[in-house]
Amino acid sequence: MSKKKAVIRSDMSRAQWTWNEMKKHKVAYAMVAPYMLIFTLFTVVPVLLSMVISLTNFNLLEVPDFVFLDNYIRLFLDDDIFIIACKNTLIFAIIVGPVSYLMSLMVAWFINELPPKIRAVVTLIFYAPSISGQVYLIWGTLFSGDSYGWVNGILLDLGIITSEIQFFQDAKYVMPLCIVVALWTSLGTSFLSFIAGLQGIDRSMYEAGAVDGVRNRWQELWFITLPSMKPQLMFGAVMAITSAFGFGGVVTALCGFPSVDYAAHTIMHHLDDYGGMRFEVGYSSSIAVVLFAIMIGANMLVKKVLSKVGQ
Amino acid sequence: MAKKLRTRKHKVVLNRSAGGDAGITIVLALLGAFMFLPMIYVVMQSLKPLDELWMFPPRFFVRNPTFKNYRDLFMLMNTSWVPFSRYIFNTVFTSVVGTVGNLFFSSLAAYAMAKIKFPGGQLMFRTVRTSLMFHSTVTAVTSFIIMSALNWIDTYWAIIVPAWATSLGLYLMKQFMETNVSDAVLESARLDGASELRTFWVIAMPMVKPAWLTLIIYSFQDLWNKGSSIYIHSEQLKSFNYAIGQIMAGGIKRAGAHAASMVIMMLVPILVFVISQSNIIETMGSSGMKD
Repeated sequence: MSKKKAVIRSDMSRAQWTWNEMKKHKVAYAMVAPYMLIFTLFTVVPVLLSMVISLTNFNLLEVPDFVFLDNYIRLFLDDDIFIIACKNTLIFAIIVGPVSYLMSLMVAWFINELPPKIRAVVTLIFYAPSISGQVYLIWGTLFSGDSYGWVNGILLDLGIITSEIQFFQDAKYVMPLCIVVALWTSLGTSFLSFIAGLQGIDRSMYEAGAVDGVRNRWQELWFITLPSMKPQLMFGAVMAITSAFGFGGVVTALCGFPSVDYAAHTIMHHLDDYGGMRFEVGYSSSIAVVLFAIMIGANMLVKKVLSKVGQ
Repeated sequence: MAKKLRTRKHKVVLNRSAGGDAGITIVLALLGAFMFLPMIYVVMQSLKPLDELWMFPPRFFVRNPTFKNYRDLFMLMNTSWVPFSRYIFNTVFTSVVGTVGNLFFSSLAAYAMAKIKFPGGQLMFRTVRTSLMFHSTVTAVTSFIIMSALNWIDTYWAIIVPAWATSLGLYLMKQFMETNVSDAVLESARLDGASELRTFWVIAMPMVKPAWLTLIIYSFQDLWNKGSSIYIHSEQLKSFNYAIGQIMAGGIKRAGAHAASMVIMMLVPILVFVISQSNIIETMGSSGMKD
């Protein structure tokens, strides 16, 4: 009895303490208020709202009814194109995510020992494609389907092919090409983060490692460098995964919408199709929820894998 | 008090084999060519006269460089229905107002989360950090509903206000403040009777200039590269990037002008990055995720 009372009392005093702290730091709430208000309105609420709407048949015109899991059942059992989109999205993300991540890490590591001025130039060369907006459209010119496209022209001239290849209209080439272009634009924030992480490693760690028997640069990388920059590896992974799922715009710009035979149709395109064009808001919300779950799931998985680095 | 990053000249390198150095140089050169050549090709295309753009077999390099494509581009701009200056104004206006607001609101919130211990602060930060894990397309459809409810469809607000609270901006700023603004200095300012807002503005903000620049650049790039938006219908409110895209739609005669427009569009973010590179890298030094 007396024990119970004590628990209740400590609970109350804790609430009281929190309340006092809140009152004491009123100004902190005022400082975060504008940001949190906008963030909540345009990021948190949309996610929660789409979870709710995905359970309805909302279409912007009629009063929505709750249909519970009908949208999800239709999605997985009755929508062949969605299954294609899932497959493409996963192929895309599984290739682009890890490859761009490793490429960022590798290049950052390679250039780490260059003199600062040269390193700055090389950094620019690798980083520039990711910030140059729509310059990736040049790949459309390089691989254009007529003989004036650079690749076709060279191949024709060398006699390797006899007629032009319609690169962006041929289901065989669409996906690999989009992956190449996505990789080209993918050395972004994670790349810069890795460069900074490598720069921040204490030099004496390497000397200590050499004394302790680290014999070559690969051992040094695995036992000293990577464990020392784990926080950056984690941040870089989050950035890489998020963008690996976000290349729909590149595909649409290069291959048109829908891409030939849905060869490069991703979940993002499916979402766009139902949400932006057909206004089936309920159904498209369920697509958004699935995409959301996949992205968060991928992040969790990678977090687990990365915690093994250096062990 | 900002911690300077070590720029080491590794001359005394441990455990380096010549073979490894050579291998790394070759891989780096190949990857570099893959990244760099398409960029060069854009510039080459923009300088090619018509007969070189449409010649067989195509050449990578330009032989008789000309600025005619750039002149064509400006002529095309003059003939558009909505004056091109209007598109430029739209992009510059939304980029500047969006960036300034983002810098102000995100830093303010980042400071409170990093340097004031208040109930709920950590939870708010974790929520923002989680939002880095998903792409904004997930929220596109429902955001549209919210924008219509606010009556912001077809206004600048729909572009500007969401840009005031970016997750990455707050994340980088908060991490940087945590490592680079010393609590002791803030404490002494508070003891001297400075208000929290004054401490933020006069003491903390000058210490985190690299993070400001990074935030400005990220925000600006994002807004600068915005093409057509689902929130904007009126031609008069559309972005420069969208208008440039329309030039491409004009068909093969405009290939040269299109290449010229791509060069102009990419020049701005690249120049901005060249100027601010060292600051961005310094900010990224504290970008790590601990758990």
